[in-house]
Amino acid sequence: MDLTRAELLEAYRKLRRIRSFEDKLGELVVAGKMGGFMHLYAGEEAVAVGVCTQLGDKDTVTSTHRGHGHCIAKGVEIAGMMAELFGRATGVCKGKGGSMHIADIERGMLGANGIVGAGIPLATGAALTARIKRTGGVAVAFFGDGATNQGAFHESLNMAANWKLPALYVIENNGFGEFTPTEFVVPVKDIAVRADSYAMKSLIADGMDFFDVYAKAAEALAYCRSGRGPVLLECKTYRFAGHFVGDTLVYRDKEEAEDWIQNRDPLQNFETQVLEASLVEAEALRRIDLEVQEEIAAAVESAEAAPWPDVAETETDVYVEDGG
Amino acid sequence: MSRKLSLGMAVNEALRIAMETDPDVILMGEDVAGGGDRKGDDVDEMGGVLGTTRGLVKAFPDRVLDTPISEMGILGTAVGAAATGLRPVVELMFIDFLGTCLDPLLNQAAKLRYMFGGNARVPLTVRTVTGAGMQAAAQHSQSLYWITAGIPGLKTVIPSNPADAKGLLLSAIRDDNPVVFCEAKLVLGVSGEVPEGDYEVPIGKAKLVRGGNDVSLIGFGGTLPICLQAAEQLASDGIEADVLDLRSLQPLDEDAILATLTRTGRVVIVDESTPRSSVASDVAALCVDRGFDSLDAPVKRVMAPHSPVPFSRVLEQAFLPSAARVVEAVRSQV
Repeated sequence: MDLTRAELLEAYRKLRRIRSFEDKLGELVVAGKMGGFMHLYAGEEAVAVGVCTQLGDKDTVTSTHRGHGHCIAKGVEIAGMMAELFGRATGVCKGKGGSMHIADIERGMLGANGIVGAGIPLATGAALTARIKRTGGVAVAFFGDGATNQGAFHESLNMAANWKLPALYVIENNGFGEFTPTEFVVPVKDIAVRADSYAMKSLIADGMDFFDVYAKAAEALAYCRSGRGPVLLECKTYRFAGHFVGDTLVYRDKEEAEDWIQNRDPLQNFETQVLEASLVEAEALRRIDLEVQEEIAAAVESAEAAPWPDVAETETDVYVEDGG
Repeated sequence: MSRKLSLGMAVNEALRIAMETDPDVILMGEDVAGGGDRKGDDVDEMGGVLGTTRGLVKAFPDRVLDTPISEMGILGTAVGAAATGLRPVVELMFIDFLGTCLDPLLNQAAKLRYMFGGNARVPLTVRTVTGAGMQAAAQHSQSLYWITAGIPGLKTVIPSNPADAKGLLLSAIRDDNPVVFCEAKLVLGVSGEVPEGDYEVPIGKAKLVRGGNDVSLIGFGGTLPICLQAAEQLASDGIEADVLDLRSLQPLDEDAILATLTRTGRVVIVDESTPRSSVASDVAALCVDRGFDSLDAPVKRVMAPHSPVPFSRVLEQAFLPSAARVVEAVRSQV
């Protein structure tokens, strides 16, 4: 692993930022302070951070209904995100998108998406732009195991492989499509094998291990950037909080869930590895924990104090007015 | 200078000009190159199922992309490309295929800008063939523009003649919004004078193509020639008709509609689609809502029945609006 101490600390900060952000959202929704459908990314942090840490300004990502983690990993500001989730005028999307459509195009974050699988062709299109405009960029689509059963997934992979587009398709296989265990609806053990149908390179990573995701993503991104075509990367992971906030989790095996949460937590996993290898000190991590806590508290405070959108905003931004 | 071209060839000319003047314009779709980009052997290209894009792949080999038969993948990829800096023109062979790819239009192209608080542009054009008239039956003959016209965030245009087709398509491609460009079968092969060079017809502006003070015939796309034919028949009986070509279904030129209504007091809307939730119903509602005081007779719609499009030539002709039905509607008003 070629990560410097500063890079490791930055990676940890992002892992912690996602976890604390999502934990806070859970509290706010349960307390009735925040509305809408809320899908939390806690448990899957190593995937977004392991991949996005290696992306630059020219690279774009598309996301899912579980999209806050990808935003944070791609560098979207916490304050603007929090204000968006509170539906305020100062939100990163002016309060018009909310959790399922949170986006920041300036940072190459092409949006969470409320339609399962819809981000996959969008990323394919971003990869086509990178190819035709020769930007040198790569497009990354994050999506769940459920999305791999959509036609959009198969159509996109076929086109991207055929055109050798610089696209990385990242499956976040968290074991459930909404409430249905993946093995109930998918006849293959490793979804990555679906790449074979498109003569596409595929890799499998332990999605609970930042370092494994990082290494596999590094290999995949190098392959994409070299012009050899797209890669399908399957990350085996687990969502700690269920499908959405309020999920009763009755469909989940309690012991299995406990095992994932207690023994395979990606933050704990990261900490154990960096401490054992003496790459960073525990105090540095605790300091980050504190800083992140304060950052999120400040984001909540400023969001709650921020103005609501003017109702006239309901009808703006439907069209580009000067677009004719 | 102008010369006679079919509507399809006017579209071809607009595509060529758009690609010559902007390197970000790409063409994607099933058969748009149509085999013409194969290297090393002496084969010609199809240029689309109706030959509309013939010749373009030879001129722009890197920007005319044959796709697999994957409408969802094509449209979704085009939306992603549009949001990141390209200006894709997608050919959706027939608008009936919307059923396989509605999501990229309905939930992505139409909404990205709004959902992202005004921070996205989706300069996408979807060219698609609409309507009956080729005996293509129920799954290749529908006039589904009412669906796209009803989706906030999309624009929908439908030219009735080759000159407008060229100018409207250039406007559509250069518009920073997603635009659905309908090529109605009834007028696709019809020839007309087309100016040379680069020009645009503004989106959202109807055109008064015939003046008269007794009744307003409002049509668009394939129904415009029907309106004109009816107007000729009515003129021989001393009834002079305004004929308004909507050209754009969203945005709708409400001022032009109300202006002709105010002039004549009688309105007949001629629309190829089925009647429920239709453009014609929408225009009729506008006339009643904002033009009620000027109305001298009930607003009439001449449309297809609430049925799928039949195959048999006899049935298809009965399904389509006709000049005779328009004349009959006008007679019921006077």
